[in-house]
Amino acid sequence: MNLNPFTDPLVDNNPISKQILGICSALAVTTKLETAVVMGIAVAAVTAMSNLTVSLLRHRIPQSIRIIIELTVIASLVIVADQFLKAYFFNISKQLSVYVGLIITNCIVMGRAEAYALKNPPWPSFLDGLGNGAGYGLVLIVIGAFRELLGSGKLFNFEVLRLQTEGGWYAGNGLLQLAPGAFFLLAALIWILRTLKPEQQEPGR
Amino acid sequence: MRIKNSTTLLFAIAVSAVCALCVAGSVVLLRDRQQENAELERQRNVLAAANLIAQDATPAEIAQAYGELTPVHIDLATGEPCSAPSEATRDAPANPAGISKIPVCMPIFQKRAGDQIELHILPIEGQGLWSRLYGFLALNADGRTVRGLSFYKHGETPGLGGEISNPRWTKKWENRKVFNNLGNVDIAIIKGIAGPAESDPHRVDGLSGATLTGRGVTNLLRFWLSDEGYGRYLKKHQRGAP
Repeated sequence: MNLNPFTDPLVDNNPISKQILGICSALAVTTKLETAVVMGIAVAAVTAMSNLTVSLLRHRIPQSIRIIIELTVIASLVIVADQFLKAYFFNISKQLSVYVGLIITNCIVMGRAEAYALKNPPWPSFLDGLGNGAGYGLVLIVIGAFRELLGSGKLFNFEVLRLQTEGGWYAGNGLLQLAPGAFFLLAALIWILRTLKPEQQEPGR
Repeated sequence: MRIKNSTTLLFAIAVSAVCALCVAGSVVLLRDRQQENAELERQRNVLAAANLIAQDATPAEIAQAYGELTPVHIDLATGEPCSAPSEATRDAPANPAGISKIPVCMPIFQKRAGDQIELHILPIEGQGLWSRLYGFLALNADGRTVRGLSFYKHGETPGLGGEISNPRWTKKWENRKVFNNLGNVDIAIIKGIAGPAESDPHRVDGLSGATLTGRGVTNLLRFWLSDEGYGRYLKKHQRGAP
């Protein structure tokens, strides 16, 4: 069985670090690991299902309303995912607040439907969606780990470095608790990845 | 390949119908569970505003602590209890908190020891930066001193305005005074850091990156503590020197 569509987007063709998609939510939901993990799972589920659906319909979708159909499918899936989180992961869905709904505008979902699912059979499309969601989640987890540890001294809400505000020694890095902090981490991550894997570099202009 | 307009239309209708079915289905199937969550969360927040439960309280503990509260309905125009809790509202005067309707008969909570009211827990709401903020304000028996403040529903930016529901921030409200010596509402969130409650009782630390959300909280507190809100009720119950 060919698992390339799944494994390729994990590192080599990662949606965030290689395709530079989905940056907005990667900045927003990575203050803590818990939300990063749940957001990664939610995006993976939505991308996999939307890719599957779009791929199943790919021979029938009229060109003129292609994007609208894709968006309808994606929006419906996102609402279902949001409702599910509200019912079963109430606390986390509260922290993610609007960002679950904003998966609709996450370029990864739309991008994969357009770039992959429209041209490929259902099973590889499903894997591609899952892989891209997982690749997105992976970056979220890396960034989230740094931000939660250095920003608030915790990992998965478990205290690692005791903050001064709680009577400890560690001064939490405020920058990393804010969205701009994620920009620096993301840039560093992309830099490291592209240094280790020069084939990811874009040709100079 | 050229597709007929009618085919396109039919396709669009079919996809919309299937999607609508999925969305409606998930909403209907999950509604009970979501409402249970929301109700438990509401009770938790009523209690959390007054620090009556631990942060990790179990549903059973919440139910028990909630049972010890007395729900009361009050007429905001007079400050007197009113019997029939109805859905009726009246128009609010123009205010910066973005409140347009006020319930005629407002549901609040009291914690009583015998005949004495120990604690007033008052629902509050108002406009933040992006969203409406919903929460509770708990005042001590004197009707002036904050026991606690909590927000249970808002759509502010996580990490910035969303920090209004962070216990570390809401803890800073403890023992602040919402009325000054003249009996006027006097409470504000400032930029920077306020002094301890004993020496700087009418001001609270701002949240960095959330100036506008903080302004919303200040506005809504001032509205709800004024005579348009709970002012008349609280003045009837205020005890001791200001």
